[in-house]
Amino acid sequence: MPAHPGSPAAPPLLTRRLDRAGMWSGVVSRGKTLRLTDLEGGANVGLLLYNADLPVERYNMPDTLKGQHTFHLRHPLCLHSDMGRVLASITADSLGWHDTACGCSDAALVAEKNGIRTYQAARNDFHRNGRECFLIELAKWGLGRRDLVPNANFFSKVVADEAGRLSFVPGHSRPGSLVELRLEMDSLVVLNTCQHPLDPGPYRSAPVLLEVFASRPPGPDDPCRLSRPENTRAFINTENYTLLRGHRLSHD
Amino acid sequence: MTESTLDPAGAAYRKVVEAGDHWTHMIRRGQVLRIVDLEGNQSADTLFYDAHDPSERYSASDTIRHQAALYLTTGTRLMSTDGNALLTIIADTCGRHDTLGGACSRESNTTRYAADRESMHACRESFICAAHEARPELGKRDLTCNINFFMNVPVTPDGRLTFEDGVSGPGRYVEMRAERDVICLISNCPQLNNPCNAYNPTPIEVVIWD
Repeated sequence: MPAHPGSPAAPPLLTRRLDRAGMWSGVVSRGKTLRLTDLEGGANVGLLLYNADLPVERYNMPDTLKGQHTFHLRHPLCLHSDMGRVLASITADSLGWHDTACGCSDAALVAEKNGIRTYQAARNDFHRNGRECFLIELAKWGLGRRDLVPNANFFSKVVADEAGRLSFVPGHSRPGSLVELRLEMDSLVVLNTCQHPLDPGPYRSAPVLLEVFASRPPGPDDPCRLSRPENTRAFINTENYTLLRGHRLSHD
Repeated sequence: MTESTLDPAGAAYRKVVEAGDHWTHMIRRGQVLRIVDLEGNQSADTLFYDAHDPSERYSASDTIRHQAALYLTTGTRLMSTDGNALLTIIADTCGRHDTLGGACSRESNTTRYAADRESMHACRESFICAAHEARPELGKRDLTCNINFFMNVPVTPDGRLTFEDGVSGPGRYVEMRAERDVICLISNCPQLNNPCNAYNPTPIEVVIWD
C-alpha cells in the first residue's frame, strides 16, 4: 500500500534537481532520509548503496528479495546488504512497486533502441546509459566494474507472468510520485536517472528532485523494522554493527 | 526440455562434487559444461568470469534484461556485466533455473532464520574458497548475484517470490556451451533451512566435453 508516514518537516539539508541522465553520488549517514520525487512522471532512478566504511559490503538484490519474499521494492520493506544488515528502509512510497531485477541500460541497448546521438551532434542532449553513469560515479570513490551489481530501479514497475516473462508497465509513476529511503547505515549512495532498460518508450530521462533530510531514528515500533521477522533480525544485526563501530543508536 | 546427444563416456573431464563442497574449473571457448543433479532437488550455485579479464563476470540482471524473462533454460545466453554472452544453455532436462535467489551466507541465515543459524555452513564460504583457488586476485568483492541451477524460485504476477521444492529430479541436467574462455565457480549448496535442497543436500556431477 502507498504510504507517506512521517515525511520530514524540517527543511532539506540538500536539494538537487537531476536533469537529463542526472548522476549523483554521496555519503549519507545513518539517520538521514533521501527523498526522490518524480517531477514530470515516467522517471526511473537506478540506485546502489554501499557501506561507506567498507564498500565491499553493498546492496544485494537477492538477499533483499528472498529475505522479504518479494519480487519488488515498496514501503515498508528494506534494502538489504550482503552481510545480513539493512542499508536503508523505504519509509514513504507513493507507488508500492519498484523494480530491482532488471539492472540498467548499457550503450548497446540505448543505440539499438534509439540510434546513436553523440555529444558532437546533440551537445548535452546526447544519449547516455545507466551502466556508464554508474561506473562514472563509482570511479569518483575509487570503485569500479567489480563493484557494479544489480541495482534498484525506483519509480519503475516490471511484472512477471507465470512463465517468468517480463513486462514493463507504462505510466506507473505520475508527476509528484515520491519515495523516501531512511539510511540505517552510513552509506555511499550512487544513482542516476537513466531510463529503465525495459521501458519501450523513446529515449527520455525524466527529471527527478533529490532531497536529503535529517530524520528520526527507527523506534521499536517502526513499521519497516516490524514489516517482517527477517527485517526485525536484520535491524538487530545493523544495530550491533553500529554499536561496535562507536555510534549512538539514537540521533536525538 | 531439451535433451543432449553428448555421451559422458566421451567426456574430457568428470567430477562428483559433494554437498557443501566447492569446485572451480576453466571452461574453454567451445567446450560444453554439463551439471547433473544426481539425486534431485539440489541447488548448484554457480558463477562465471571471463578467464582473461575476471572483472568481466556473469550478470544476473543483464541476463534477465536481455531475454526479458526471469528463468534460465535452453537458449538462455548467460550475459556478462559488459553485455557479452559468456555461455549459452544448449540442453536442459529440468526446465527452468533461478538467478534471483542468490547464495546463502552465514549472515543472511541470521536474518532469514535465526541468530543461532550463524554457525551453519553456507554457499558464500564455499564461493570464497573457490574464488581464492581459481585466482589469487579474486575474493568476496567479486562474488556477485549467481545462478542457482535446479532451484525453483517462482515469482507470481502480483510480485511475490518464494522458495519452493524443486522442479528437478534425479539425473536431470543442464548443459551449456562456453562462448569464450570462462572460469566457473560452483558451491554445491549446503542450505538446510529451506526447501531449495529438499532439506537434504546431495552430490552433483560436473562433466566437460571438448
